[in-house]
Amino acid sequence: MGRFKGTEKYVASRELEVAVNAAVALQRPLLVKGEPGTGKTVLAQEIAKALGYPLIEWHIKSTTKAQQGLYEYDAVSRLRDGQLGDPRVHDIANYIVRGKLWDAFEAEQPVVLLIDEIDKADIEFPNDLLLELDRMQFFVYETRKTVAARHRPVVIITSNNEKELPDAFLRRCFFHYIRFPDRETMERIVEAHYPDIRRDLLREALNVFFEIREVNELKKKPATSELLDWLKLLTIEDMPAEALRSSDAKTTLPPLYGAMLKNEQDVHLFERLAFLARRRGQ
Amino acid sequence: MFAPFILALRAAGVPASIMEYLALLRAMKEGVAGFSVDDFYHLSRAALVKDERHLDRFDRVFGEIFKGLESPQGEAPRELPVEWLRKLAERVLTPEEMEQVKALGDFDTLMETLKKRLEEQKGRHQGGSKWIGTAGTSPFGAHGYNPEGVRIGQESSRHRRAVKVWDQRTFRDLDEDEALSSRNMKVALRRLRRFARTGAATELDLPGTIGATARNGGSLDLHMVPERHNAVKVLLLMDIGGSMDDHIRICQELFTAARSEFKHLEFWYFHNCLYERVWRTNRRRRETERPTMELLRTYGPDWRLVIVGDATMSPYEIIQPGGSVEHWNEEAGQVWMSRATRHFRKAAWLNPVDPSHWRYTQSIGILQRLMDNRMYPLTLAGLETMARELAR
Repeated sequence: MGRFKGTEKYVASRELEVAVNAAVALQRPLLVKGEPGTGKTVLAQEIAKALGYPLIEWHIKSTTKAQQGLYEYDAVSRLRDGQLGDPRVHDIANYIVRGKLWDAFEAEQPVVLLIDEIDKADIEFPNDLLLELDRMQFFVYETRKTVAARHRPVVIITSNNEKELPDAFLRRCFFHYIRFPDRETMERIVEAHYPDIRRDLLREALNVFFEIREVNELKKKPATSELLDWLKLLTIEDMPAEALRSSDAKTTLPPLYGAMLKNEQDVHLFERLAFLARRRGQ
Repeated sequence: MFAPFILALRAAGVPASIMEYLALLRAMKEGVAGFSVDDFYHLSRAALVKDERHLDRFDRVFGEIFKGLESPQGEAPRELPVEWLRKLAERVLTPEEMEQVKALGDFDTLMETLKKRLEEQKGRHQGGSKWIGTAGTSPFGAHGYNPEGVRIGQESSRHRRAVKVWDQRTFRDLDEDEALSSRNMKVALRRLRRFARTGAATELDLPGTIGATARNGGSLDLHMVPERHNAVKVLLLMDIGGSMDDHIRICQELFTAARSEFKHLEFWYFHNCLYERVWRTNRRRRETERPTMELLRTYGPDWRLVIVGDATMSPYEIIQPGGSVEHWNEEAGQVWMSRATRHFRKAAWLNPVDPSHWRYTQSIGILQRLMDNRMYPLTLAGLETMARELAR
């Protein structure tokens, strides 16, 4: 079995590598937390790539039920078929719709299963998946069959910490908290994505970026993904590095700020800070 | 094998269980960690810690338990010739430094330390990793000697970085604590949840469907209704500083408990009585201040207002303009209180002071009146009554 290492596109710290390899070796889910935009979801894609497994993504919404990941019994279409006299109606298996977990369990080869943003769902959601993730099997009541995993999938679960997860669930996972990268790591990450970015532009942009992150009270601090978007914009616009240098992030809005400040309160906050700074300057 | 480690973790409040311990042992057996200390650190952290709030505690315990165990095993310390040591010391220390050493008195002790260092260094080299400088134990560094001369802690090897990781305690800010003991508070606050039907239609409306299908002559006509959702929004105002210092801990507990229970929870601080300004972070009060008017504009009347405070102060602080102890307030505290209660129709005051003492403090009586008697003790029973009142 291959071991996970950071790739050219994804800079993984040693601790992350150890956590992933432990989860893969022990076939337990890996729970990944961290600020939004620090590459939690991308991690699963990179693991799949590194191990050479296909990736099955299950994105969780507030309305997602655990059962939907296993299977759904489409009673309504069966009822409709019954009314229309369709012969399919006699076999209940025709109306069992497979979920993502089923797909992952029945796959011909081991897969990476991403359960994205598990905290979005109802508070009981993780509890409902305990047995399924532990034994990697479940029972289909309608057809009285047990679906068991042919190969235990590598399960990556991400959470944005909107809800606390139950202890029993946590016990079964390995856990990794993606810390916000420091400047040095950030440079490596940017270089992994834009290998031929201008050095001076990168330096100035990182200055502005880390200065913005220092402003407390921001509703959403810009993270790695925002920085990458912003740098891309700056490169497309061919912004000179001086344009960034002149702007002290605490006093004026940086050029193309829309990529980094995502809500109007934050933009507003910056405008107010700029106003105060100008008034103080007079 | 690592039983003392697990026990120390549990003692420090990291809820690691036997299951996680076994997982760690299995991972070690599988060879996930290889044979380096920092890999073991990363692995044990991934296996034993499940909440970023506990990472800091884990780092502390790890540092304590594994201090001094960093060198690889199987290498017995060897005796170093004293002459060689002295020569080395002369080479690495300048004459002035030697003088200083003598001035400090005990040259032999220093030599002893140098000897130990060198032994360790030797062992480490054979183990294939580099020199490790454990912070604060080098007498050379501590007394201002040139550490580069002695080559202590100069190399930034991987090994040393790992030590720094748990010595740095990067996760200190995430340790919110108190969440464990607040389980019973959670139960009481759960009552605050108000179930309201909002959002997308996702559930089958059974009576509606039956009715519509019947009207449709028997062919199916589905009707959906939105699912039940927890739609409670809570604005928490906490009295901080002064006479409240005794109660800060219990307030924090309440806050941690409350956070996961509501759709929205906003919290602000004030001092003694509500005036024209509130703030977000007590440490950075000046920067995070907001006008109370803005608060009233931002949060609609559908928010529940919960004030936590001991309401113990001089009556002037409530009824007199300019009565505040720390600034000149144009309007009296009671004006602001009634403004807030008029805006937030569902409001309550939680008071950590024992109710049997309430009648001895005049200001509690005044605020009790201003809150229309919706003041409750900060106890489980009080919380339940408050929750029932707010959920109506």
